Amino acid sequence: MSKPRRVLIAKPGLDGHDRGAKVIVRALRDAGFEVIYTGIRQTPEMIAAAAMQEDVDAVGLSLLSGAHMTLFPEIVKQLRKKGLKEVLVFGGGIIPDEDVKPLKKAGVDRVFGPGTPIAAIVSYLNEKLPVAA
Amino acid sequence: MPPKTDAAPKALIARVRKGDHAAASRALSIVVDESATSEALAKEFFKSSGRAHKVGVSGPPGVGKSTLTGRLIGHYRARKLKVGVLMVDPSSSLSGGAFLGDRLRIMEHATDPGVFIRSLASRGMIGGLTYAIFGAIHVLETLGCDKVLIETVGTGQDEVEIASVADTVLYVTTPSMGDEIQAMKAGAMEVGDIFVVNKADLAGKDRAVADLKAALGLGHSAGQAVRAWEPPVLATSAKDGDGVGALGDALDAHWKHLKASGEGAQRLKRQHATELQFWIQRRVIKSALERVTDKALEDLLAHKTDPASLGRKLLKA
Repeated sequence: MSKPRRVLIAKPGLDGHDRGAKVIVRALRDAGFEVIYTGIRQTPEMIAAAAMQEDVDAVGLSLLSGAHMTLFPEIVKQLRKKGLKEVLVFGGGIIPDEDVKPLKKAGVDRVFGPGTPIAAIVSYLNEKLPVAA
Repeated sequence: MPPKTDAAPKALIARVRKGDHAAASRALSIVVDESATSEALAKEFFKSSGRAHKVGVSGPPGVGKSTLTGRLIGHYRARKLKVGVLMVDPSSSLSGGAFLGDRLRIMEHATDPGVFIRSLASRGMIGGLTYAIFGAIHVLETLGCDKVLIETVGTGQDEVEIASVADTVLYVTTPSMGDEIQAMKAGAMEVGDIFVVNKADLAGKDRAVADLKAALGLGHSAGQAVRAWEPPVLATSAKDGDGVGALGDALDAHWKHLKASGEGAQRLKRQHATELQFWIQRRVIKSALERVTDKALEDLLAHKTDPASLGRKLLKA
């Protein structure tokens, strides 16, 4: 049996709009991933602790409130502090193009803007996390 | 291939013994994924088996098992006990993927260093658990957890495996789960050590408690001897926390009973038998199934062979 790949989907910050996060959860489940969802309004510390205890391969962040420039880098920092140096971090939400570059620099591997087809996110993860034999 | 014992697993085991959560998390993955070093690790972790009080939380989907588990974590943390939690949700038979949705109900304990929570997918096992459940429990015992809470997949009427895994089985239901007749049926209802009517804030709580008590009491009317432990029926509201203290007391009483009566030792023996059974099932079934070829299935289609003859051949191969 191949080792199932595990992904944490998290919603940091104060907005409660989590339909997008839930759609991603569903798509990844159907693509063969084991997906853990944190629910809304999570602090960077909570997300990092969940990622550590669940030993996930990737953490996906969804945020629509505009606080991504503060929260995304802080989450990456907390993950690294917990020793999760390899875990892949990606994000999505209402994120202006000019913010993508600094977020990448801060350790967010990929940012998906509004209108991204779900299939693009699935194939991105399939590419980044190949199924181990 | 016999698993090799290199230095890395030894270091990892030492870190788990010291209470390192990151190490425990890694060890859990190795054990449940059955990676190359898993047997070498599992062997060491097994040495801690029987240390913790294992509490199974079982019952139909949506009765509030996760929220109640969250309340129990709070109850034990107020008593300075270290708590490990394993929450099982179903894997998709179609994609192999899973949505592990229990953790989000108890995120308030996410950053507590005295709590370790891990979500597990059933990965093909029917019965509310996962084959690797024992391996996962032993990691948490080695980590030094006093209590290990095991939440099953939301169950139907027939899932009793949790009774061969946990020391104490909580069977959780709600005021709207049916009458006395439902509670009289064999199966999951038979293995509860403590019955909980959760969502007691809803109408019908008293009736549900009375129905459960009546159904459980029928054994006496039928002339059965009073057992050393008669399962109590409690009402809780996990949403508000009502009744959680009394549930904690009942859990302590059952744990005391297990130790004093010697039943705890018997249960531990049965748990080890089940762990062995899981191991053998996994190995035998897995290796036999891996030998099923498309050609063999074509032969079945063409009636050149039949499932029993083919199965026998595969098991001998």
